[in-house]
Amino acid sequence: MQNVLDRVTANPKFLEFVAMRNRYSIIMTIISAAAYYGFILLVAYNREFLATKLGPGMTTSIGVPLGVGVIVFTIILTWIYVRRANGEFDETNEAIIREAQK
Amino acid sequence: MNIKHLLAAVAALAVAGGAIAAGADLGNTAKQATNWTAIAMFAIFVAGTLYITKWAASKTKTAADFYTAGGGITGFQNGLAIAGDYMSAASFLGISGLVFANGFDGLIFSIGWLVGWPIITFLMAERLRNLGKFTFADVASYRFAQTPVRTFAAISTLVVVAFYMIAQMVGAGQLIKVLFGMEYFYAEILVGVIMMMYVLFGGMTATTWVQIIKAVMLLGGATFMAVAVLIQFGFSPEALFTKATEVHSKKDAIMAPGALIKDPISAISVGMALMFGTAGLPHILMRFFTVPNAKEARKSVAWATTWIGYFYILTFIIGFGAITNLIPNPGEYYVGGEIAKGLKGGGNMAAVHLANAVGGNLFLGFISAVAFATILAVVAGLTLSGASAVSHDLYASVWRHGNVDSATELKWSKGATVALGILAMALGIAFEKENVAYMVMLAFTVACSGNFPVLFMSVLWKNCTTRGVVVGGSVGLLLAVVLTIGSASVWEAVMGNPKGSAWFPFNSAAIFSMTAAFFTIWLVSILDNSDQAKKERALYPAQQLRSETGLGAAGASGH
Repeated sequence: MQNVLDRVTANPKFLEFVAMRNRYSIIMTIISAAAYYGFILLVAYNREFLATKLGPGMTTSIGVPLGVGVIVFTIILTWIYVRRANGEFDETNEAIIREAQK
Repeated sequence: MNIKHLLAAVAALAVAGGAIAAGADLGNTAKQATNWTAIAMFAIFVAGTLYITKWAASKTKTAADFYTAGGGITGFQNGLAIAGDYMSAASFLGISGLVFANGFDGLIFSIGWLVGWPIITFLMAERLRNLGKFTFADVASYRFAQTPVRTFAAISTLVVVAFYMIAQMVGAGQLIKVLFGMEYFYAEILVGVIMMMYVLFGGMTATTWVQIIKAVMLLGGATFMAVAVLIQFGFSPEALFTKATEVHSKKDAIMAPGALIKDPISAISVGMALMFGTAGLPHILMRFFTVPNAKEARKSVAWATTWIGYFYILTFIIGFGAITNLIPNPGEYYVGGEIAKGLKGGGNMAAVHLANAVGGNLFLGFISAVAFATILAVVAGLTLSGASAVSHDLYASVWRHGNVDSATELKWSKGATVALGILAMALGIAFEKENVAYMVMLAFTVACSGNFPVLFMSVLWKNCTTRGVVVGGSVGLLLAVVLTIGSASVWEAVMGNPKGSAWFPFNSAAIFSMTAAFFTIWLVSILDNSDQAKKERALYPAQQLRSETGLGAAGASGH
């Protein structure tokens, strides 16, 4: 185990991979936080915009598709991350470990 | 509680900047006529889940089975179970009631409850699974001194569980009065005893399946209601909204933000509590140890996010459906047939009355039973995580230093379950007349100020030390509690101090307590030059390897 540990941590590919994946996680975190806080700030500072009707004579306001959109966007963002992590990231991960165990 | 009181309460809280923090309260209710259909449906649910518990009991032989169901739950199942843990009766009845009263504001509120999930997905899920075994303290204490870190984690877990539990138990008592027409006291005994049977005999296996069944019933029932509403309008949301603005007393105002957010600092702070607090709730974190590996852990959160988001969209449609179905028929749904006197059973009963309107008495019974079963399942999850903190962290790790066999640890888990179950009933009875609206939010604030910074820094920051996490986590926890007590929603509304005397001006402490926790962890860690600290920093690469790659992580059977 100690050997594998030393070899993996000495492998520049490992640290590079971890740094890349962490960067990706943080960017995704910022995007989802921005979507939420963007919406909340609109609620706090620009009510009129959210109350604007989608079209003349319509009842539905922009706020409704926007709010539902934040929910749907959050779900999609989560799946995008999980697909990439379960596919590409896990493959790189396994390759690095296999290399160290040789 | 009539609609005027509800509106007055919502308005009062909005002035304080915090209706967003208070919607998860079921309020005080009046006892209704006994509803035998609902009671029979609930009895069927209990009989079914107890049968599953019997099966689960045969599979719960070791401490690992008790804590994590042997680690054999799939990502999809766990996702449903997490959603079951998270979709409380308060969010179903409370959010649809908020939409019924204020329209658009209900949507703003529900979005807040979803934002914690991507954070868990991106930052926590796989690392938790890779480092942990039974409790989140396993992760936080991975390279640190066991005794102080686990003691802190266990205390923090119990604090979060206690506040969350009181809100649920009081909610159960209020709900049983309106849904089943039974006394408050019976709810406490029913929930306490049945929940104890699930956890005691079936451990995590039974708790997981109870959550899954409840999640499926709740999602199924809510889907049926939303579709029934949309059919009335030829699946045109525009037609639904038009009719709603015609009949609602607030007219077109229900299509725009109302008084939900007055003070941006409080709004941001509440957002932080929801966003990062979700990633610090012990009963949610514990669910990541029930799946076999990091892949399934990630899938769990993606499914959980999907179901929870879908559920919130449904509650929005249900709230508007309640507007168009209930308001034109005051004779049937309002006290004395007068809109001014409010909905029968209170403003939170909008979804329940809608069930009657679209599905008749049988469906009303079903939805009532589901709403009550929801509380039962959430309380079971909370008890299990509290019991694990006592038996695994305090007893097995801190007191016995890990030298304990599985059978003895299991005995302690079961003893702790009974103790917590009795405590839950006692607290539920003690808090009957109290205002518990702030308690769920306080649980989130403690979770985001104590548990989350400790987990985040111990896993991701090399220079973090035992002293740093224990001092920083404690600062976060204490500030979260003290500042919440000083805010208007507790100092004035609960403790009865005069209006304007609250010494903490914001509605949510999270922005201050969470920042203070991170800052203290950082400061104490960099000032820590002890030998222990050096050893802990040297252990980081090994921890990082395991948390990032899963190499050496506890397997499904090796748990």
